Amino acid sequence: MNAPLTPGFAEPVLDAQRCFRAVLEAMARPGRVQALPALPEAPAPLAPAAAAVLLTLADADTPVWLDAGEAAAAWLRFHAGCPIAASAAEATFALAGGVPPALRDLSQGTEEEPHRSATLLVQVAALAEGGGWRLTGPGIEREHRLLAAGLPAGFEAEWAANHARFPRGVDVILCAGDRLAALPRTTRLEAG
Amino acid sequence: MSAVPAARPAEDAAAEGGEDRSDGSAGRLAGYNLGYLDENTKRMIRRTLLKAVAIPGHQVPFGSREMPLPYGWGTGGIQVTAAVIGPEDRLKVIDQGADDTTNAVSIRRFFARVAGVATTERTREASIIQTRHRIPETPLREGQIIVYQVPMPEPLFRLEPRVAETRRMHALADYGLMHVKLYEDIARHGQVAISYNYPVMVNGRYLMAPSPIPSFDNPKMDRMPALQLFGAGREKRIYAVPPYTAVKSLDFEDHPFQPVRAPAACALCGSQESYLDEVVTDDRGGRIFVCSDTDYCHTRQAAQPREAAE
Repeated sequence: MNAPLTPGFAEPVLDAQRCFRAVLEAMARPGRVQALPALPEAPAPLAPAAAAVLLTLADADTPVWLDAGEAAAAWLRFHAGCPIAASAAEATFALAGGVPPALRDLSQGTEEEPHRSATLLVQVAALAEGGGWRLTGPGIEREHRLLAAGLPAGFEAEWAANHARFPRGVDVILCAGDRLAALPRTTRLEAG
Repeated sequence: MSAVPAARPAEDAAAEGGEDRSDGSAGRLAGYNLGYLDENTKRMIRRTLLKAVAIPGHQVPFGSREMPLPYGWGTGGIQVTAAVIGPEDRLKVIDQGADDTTNAVSIRRFFARVAGVATTERTREASIIQTRHRIPETPLREGQIIVYQVPMPEPLFRLEPRVAETRRMHALADYGLMHVKLYEDIARHGQVAISYNYPVMVNGRYLMAPSPIPSFDNPKMDRMPALQLFGAGREKRIYAVPPYTAVKSLDFEDHPFQPVRAPAACALCGSQESYLDEVVTDDRGGRIFVCSDTDYCHTRQAAQPREAAE
């Protein structure tokens, strides 16, 4: 039952820096898919990219909620030192391997402090540029196309409501394997 | 001298003299974490930066640390740069457009020592540009990050000193006070009497202080391909403008925004387009105008060597 803990980042300082730059680039250019240069050995249901993002950003100040099981929670608690939140609503970072929680159930921030909202990491089956959604908004010159396979059917409608709550709202990072793309709340999303 | 790797910038090698204080690998000082800040602080600043990018123009508070330079010398910008920078980066630092002023030289040397990064004075070659009060004349491109040093992040603070009140005004997007100020300027002086730190609307939602860049530089922020990050160390605020985001200087339909530029050509390179500094040359009223952006001016002078060599 008690499998040995797998390692986190091989070079914690450099790997976290490289990973952060990829996430920053993803958040600044929504829909562009970034490949992470350095990945930890994450336990099974955790996608390497999602695990890398949490190791880069989560610590004792950020409650994390995840549905990836006890082994993943123990791994994260050991390497990031973050508290594990009982419900997604209390989390600063929420990670969904299965069906993601409804965006409206996550922390939205307030009108005066919209930055206090949650960031949702969703593990999807695949990410590809050039097809699928049509994205517009800040960070995008004309439009970006992003195909994210494996999201629930109602996600577009949920995202439209999330976008309309601006400046409140949740930011989403989609992870597939060692790749990720971000959807900040400013991004408009049309089914392609 | 043999302990100094060949690729290191000359200024850094000279500054260190004969002392061997580097760890040898990348010319970094031993005993400091990469980029000077500890990892907890970097994670906190990184989380702040991501939220700042997600909400363009909104000021996000952060736990500003004490840095080895005084407030007002770029502690905010230096913390943002420290959280972002890595060994693959090439850093350029400018102070009022110049690469060779005290503030720019010492910040560049600081990061060469604590992050082991390569530095440059060329806008084109830099991946991160930390700036005090200017945007380079050379247009920035995708993949570059420009970090502004911000003394006062709140654009409304001269009109409303209470922070709780300005926060409420930002929440309600209630910027009437600023429009009244512009109106009163026009009524009194015939024009808007703001020549630097000219307030802008970001993505049509947040009023933002562009840091004290001349209003001449404001149009460069609009739909800039590079990512713009702003750090205010003393006021403990970080904000950002993502690439290709609308940044509009406040104005009225019948009094459109007009950037200010001295009506002259640069005395050194002859540029009619760049932002100029006025330099007093003697005590009998002699003065010349020269480019504020030293890299731009040097590049132009190098491209026209024959006429200058008379």
